[in-house]
Amino acid sequence: MKQAINLNVNGDTYELLVAPNLTLLEVLREKIGLMGTKRGCDLGACGACTVLVDGEAYLSCIMLAVDAVGKNITTIEGLSHEGELHPLQRSFIDNGGLQCGFCTPGMILTAKAVLDEDPSPTEESLKKKLAGNLCRCTGYKKVLDSVMDVAGQSSKEG
Amino acid sequence: MEKKYSVVGARLPMLDAGEKVKGAARFTDDIVLPGMLHGKILRSPFPHAKILNIDTSKAEKLIGVKGVITGRDIPDVPYGIVPKAKDEFALAKIKVRHVGEAVVAVCATDPEIAEEALDLIKVEYEQLPGVFDPLDAIKEGAPLVHDNTPNNISASIHKSFGEGEKAFDDCDLVFDNTFYSQAVNHAPLEPHAAVAQFDPLKGEMVIWSSTQIPFFLRRNISTTILIPESKIRVIKPRVGGGFGQKIDMFSKDFCACWFARQTGRPVKFLYDREEIFVATRQRHPMYVRVKTGMKKDGTIHAQRFWAHADGGAYNSTAPLMITLSCYFLMVPYRVPNLVYEGYHVYTNKPVGGAMRGHGIPQARFAVERQLDMIAVEMGIDPAELRIKNSLHAHEPHPGGFIINTCGFSESVEKAAEAIGWREKRGKLPYGRGVGMGGASFPSGVSNMSHLASGAVVQLGQDGAVTLLTGAADIGQGAETVIAQIVAEELGVRLEDIRVTAADTGITPLDAGTFGSGVTVRAGNAALEAATSLKKKLFEFVAKEMEANPLDLVARDRLIYVKGSPDKGMPLMEAIKRYRYADLPMPIVGRGSWMAPASEPTTLLNEEGNFAPNYSFMTQAAEVEIDFDTGKVKVVKMVTAHDCGTPINPLLVEGQLEGSIMGGIGHALYENVITEKGQVMNPSFLDYGFPTAMEMPEMEGISIETDDPVGPFGAKESGEGTQLAPAPAIVNAIYDAIGVNFMELPITPEKILKALEENKRSEKPRS
Repeated sequence: MKQAINLNVNGDTYELLVAPNLTLLEVLREKIGLMGTKRGCDLGACGACTVLVDGEAYLSCIMLAVDAVGKNITTIEGLSHEGELHPLQRSFIDNGGLQCGFCTPGMILTAKAVLDEDPSPTEESLKKKLAGNLCRCTGYKKVLDSVMDVAGQSSKEG
Repeated sequence: MEKKYSVVGARLPMLDAGEKVKGAARFTDDIVLPGMLHGKILRSPFPHAKILNIDTSKAEKLIGVKGVITGRDIPDVPYGIVPKAKDEFALAKIKVRHVGEAVVAVCATDPEIAEEALDLIKVEYEQLPGVFDPLDAIKEGAPLVHDNTPNNISASIHKSFGEGEKAFDDCDLVFDNTFYSQAVNHAPLEPHAAVAQFDPLKGEMVIWSSTQIPFFLRRNISTTILIPESKIRVIKPRVGGGFGQKIDMFSKDFCACWFARQTGRPVKFLYDREEIFVATRQRHPMYVRVKTGMKKDGTIHAQRFWAHADGGAYNSTAPLMITLSCYFLMVPYRVPNLVYEGYHVYTNKPVGGAMRGHGIPQARFAVERQLDMIAVEMGIDPAELRIKNSLHAHEPHPGGFIINTCGFSESVEKAAEAIGWREKRGKLPYGRGVGMGGASFPSGVSNMSHLASGAVVQLGQDGAVTLLTGAADIGQGAETVIAQIVAEELGVRLEDIRVTAADTGITPLDAGTFGSGVTVRAGNAALEAATSLKKKLFEFVAKEMEANPLDLVARDRLIYVKGSPDKGMPLMEAIKRYRYADLPMPIVGRGSWMAPASEPTTLLNEEGNFAPNYSFMTQAAEVEIDFDTGKVKVVKMVTAHDCGTPINPLLVEGQLEGSIMGGIGHALYENVITEKGQVMNPSFLDYGFPTAMEMPEMEGISIETDDPVGPFGAKESGEGTQLAPAPAIVNAIYDAIGVNFMELPITPEKILKALEENKRSEKPRS
């Protein structure tokens, strides 16, 4: 009953044979070997498995891989280009926006989706939009600082 | 003025921050080995039951299943984190003692096959009466969780300091209250996992595990699986948070090793979120009764405690937990006379363990709350009461603590100022208030077996330094902090240091990450190693420069006579000349460090200095109550903090901020709810810890002291700050609505009920 599908991940196409009940998270980690997408709860409650699907933030642990066919999937591994870190990645490093790093890939990808939609969010609106990404280490302050720093830059440029 | 240090005290990103933002940091579940099998565990559905029979025959026949084990198959050797309190087996042997206890383990070629195999296993149980509250469990005739433990008391401590009980005769006022702190799950984002691989020719085991203490894990695997320690290599990959939950060995570690040896193939175990709630550890629910005797002038004269910790089904850290809970009632306040009676009690519930603060948040909640109640009753400002009773450096201590530096009273003043105490306390409109709490924490517990750290530092031909440390970085940045210490001592930059850490096959012995001891213990070991390396280099360089080696300074890749950096010799030049003088490379330094032990303490038996040094802090909160929903919003939280000299202020701030959110969860939201031993909310959807939405304004104030024992004057950070946020919030709630809450968490239901009662009694102040 497995299905042959093509998945477009970080600009590459993967031909895969998958059971229809496999989640996108399972396929990314176990079939493709992209381990940057994290499994924290398997229930869509922690945000660690966040990926971008056609630019929007999705929880890959509650999305079936077969539903991602024909869409552009970006994982954390696809965020930096030719060794250049994305400004959000740079900012999380410089502002100490991470500790254990387990929530970080999901946090950064959610932040990217947020900033792509609204390049200069207020801190209050950012808090709401990041509320689906749990972090047990940082207390969120430096996470928000990291994102607001980039938001400030892009609004300055704009 | 020239800065005292160039790398220490700098706000530097973690060494592994780059790999973390790229998703390249490798956690245990990211490890995939050729031919790897996947394990799963069948768990008890009952809180207390005898195992009559286990039929695994159908599971064994399922295609893809490579191994099935039960408690009958494993050696009769219990394990545990505290040597004298070992009471646990990887798989239940005769009976199960809590819902979720491991009964059968399976490994298969695929996780789904392993899961299917669990469904084919038939276990016959005979249910036994359970006990679910420590106060019930100690009663005569209560069901026994462990047959050999009368009254279910698995650890107890009864201590008296100063005049003890008699001192209450000299008190002017006596207050007596009982408090309760609930079960809190550590909820690290990374689920617990283990991967084991066995070499049958050499008889050697390698295990990658999400652990905080690789060397304790090695010992527990060795004693239970019967392989010498030297043939077990525990490697700690990146760990996605621990907070104490990853101190213990778990079934997944034992079973991964067992199956790896049995099948000759690598085996992975990964816990799901529900397993983490029911089968790992939680902060002990605890009843604390406090009787405090005061002098008329507001001096604390005597305290008497009765504490009952709900240990759940097994000991974990029991004796240590109840001891810490006692001794840390003697800081940050001067308590000349103290009596403590504490019990760790078995129940048929999830197992209690070390969680950020380890027995002290519960006790601190009781004391800090009662201090505020005393202050109101005696008409003294709570901040002044705290300052009046603050300990000070070098004063004699009833428990034998040696306190070389203490910024506590200053922390009260600074926190009060930053929260606007004078303008706000008792003066804000109904529904808004401010409150505070104070605390102190050890930088690691001294003088228990194995609590030492080693380090090796090596200077290579390219000027880079390799550092071997056993310290376990679990996300707090231990590797970075230790590397900063080495870089400072050797006068190189942080990027010159290559760290290899927490691999029992390569790195020196280390006590691991618990009790907030890493910076002082492992940091001092690394400092000693760097110092001995530097001595060798300086002896040579001094000859070249015709100087006294004691006058030399290494800083920013330059060696020079103190005060004359312009006449210095670049480090690379020094290395080159060292080599050309035919001296052996690499230059290596070694260090081993343990807290000074002039008065050996054995915790339960003798007093003495408890820790190498002690951090101090005050947290102050401002809250606002929503009258319609009963929700408490923490508007602002200030932390004034004496962690000695912060090695890396960026990381220290991160610890403070994380503690605040942990405290908000402890005070307002989190509670592992059980009904007859069954956890009712074992998921992130139902449990609910604070999100970005709950984040208050945060302010951190550093009160620097230069501690003589810590490396470059450092003390612990990050665990002590977890003690006082909860009482500070609950004290602020009192200021807001005039209600004394005694039991955590303060849910909206409790607030609404209290507001109703206020209305009825017309109690609220205008």
